Amino acid sequence: MLDPEVGPQALLSIRLQVNGEEREGEVEGRTTLADFLRDQLALTGTHLGCEHGVCGACTVLLDSLPTRSCLVLAASAHGCRVETVEGLARNGQLSRLQQAMWDSHSFQCGFCTPGFLIQAASLLAENPTPTEAEVRHALSGNLCRCTGYESIVRGVLAAAGGQEPAGEVPQ
Amino acid sequence: MLFWPLKLPPFAHRAPESLEEGLELLAAGDGEARVLAGGQSLIPMLSLRLARPSLLVELRRVPGLGGVQEDGAGLRIGALTTELVAERDPIVRARSPLLLEALDFIGHPAIRSRGTVVGSLCHADPAAELPAVALVLRAELTARSLGRGSRTIPARDFFLGPFTTALEFDEVVTEVRIPAAPPFEGTCFLEVSRRPGDFAMVGVAAAVTREGDRVVDLRLALTGVGDRPRLLTLDELELEGRASPESLFNEAGRSVGARVRPPDDLHASATYRRHLSTVLTERALQTAFGRAATRGGAAGA
Repeated sequence: MLDPEVGPQALLSIRLQVNGEEREGEVEGRTTLADFLRDQLALTGTHLGCEHGVCGACTVLLDSLPTRSCLVLAASAHGCRVETVEGLARNGQLSRLQQAMWDSHSFQCGFCTPGFLIQAASLLAENPTPTEAEVRHALSGNLCRCTGYESIVRGVLAAAGGQEPAGEVPQ
Repeated sequence: MLFWPLKLPPFAHRAPESLEEGLELLAAGDGEARVLAGGQSLIPMLSLRLARPSLLVELRRVPGLGGVQEDGAGLRIGALTTELVAERDPIVRARSPLLLEALDFIGHPAIRSRGTVVGSLCHADPAAELPAVALVLRAELTARSLGRGSRTIPARDFFLGPFTTALEFDEVVTEVRIPAAPPFEGTCFLEVSRRPGDFAMVGVAAAVTREGDRVVDLRLALTGVGDRPRLLTLDELELEGRASPESLFNEAGRSVGARVRPPDDLHASATYRRHLSTVLTERALQTAFGRAATRGGAAGA
């Protein structure tokens, strides 16, 4: 991967596992993981909002940990495991979290949703029964410009508790 | 075959497999190369094009730079130890309550999963938590370079100004060492920010050593109120010999409030930051005092 003579525009070969599949690509040093996922792998579920680590929309799991994909170079993810929002559903079935957030209307414009889903999935993997305060704290690094936080928190709690979803199932 | 516009300025990227190779690259970079550890401060600066290095030397593959170790002298935190790993580390949890308390204020889980303890020190953001913690805990950084070998820099001499440290361009900090806490010392980290995870409007790191009901030593450092955190001690605050800890801490708060020259920006006015400095200083000292074990007894309230 590393040629001593590489300049800024030189392409680096990278290989990583994305949603369980081995993927390869050639990137510039400055290509972020988010750029690679979106532009080369066409996994456009990972959204880019602020592109400097503030909004959380681009959050993915990198080696199982929630990570801002805009703040990681694609070259730094060489050899790593990445899970994106596209990997949450299995065999065409929404995950429990996705279904609960759907049922609770946990999105308005939907732009921030992938980041919230990944961050919430990571929370529930570590703490399957969080309190409302714990959900709010865990999601505090994700911004919803529609300010639809109440329904997002409700959706995550519904997924955690197996409570009746607050929203009606859309037709 | 790339047609998409890219946000970051162009740079070459190298991920050496040994520290020596990394040091060679930095030395050859002649000041144009930057070290990349977790990237949670550097990549945003690249995104905003506040930094334009020609080369990033990524440390990720260099062996021996991760983890937390304990020896007779205290803790050693390697350059690649993330804030998340540090906050979950049993040694940190058992031995460094001040560091542990401060780590929770840093960004968000998705930042701490990549950001490193040493990286935050080297970035030297005047509003960051860890530089203040390093000062109060009298931490020491080990810096390596190709030509000059290894040297130790006390935290006190490390922070020179906003985003400016005593490091030379060809040096890498390989670890930070935190001396074992003296007995009868209690610590506290407090911070006020607009939302959880935001940069501090004001943060205070405090350590107090008590002898019975008397304060025999205190150390303080504030974040967010100047160009860099500074270590304040009893001597520097001209506060020795007070009878009651309560009046001492109250006096310390006033003294700190009068000393700091905080910035005025959209997050908080300078006046409000000065007020916070006074209140948080008193509160942090009081809490640290309460947490300190007393001679012949258990920890206080």
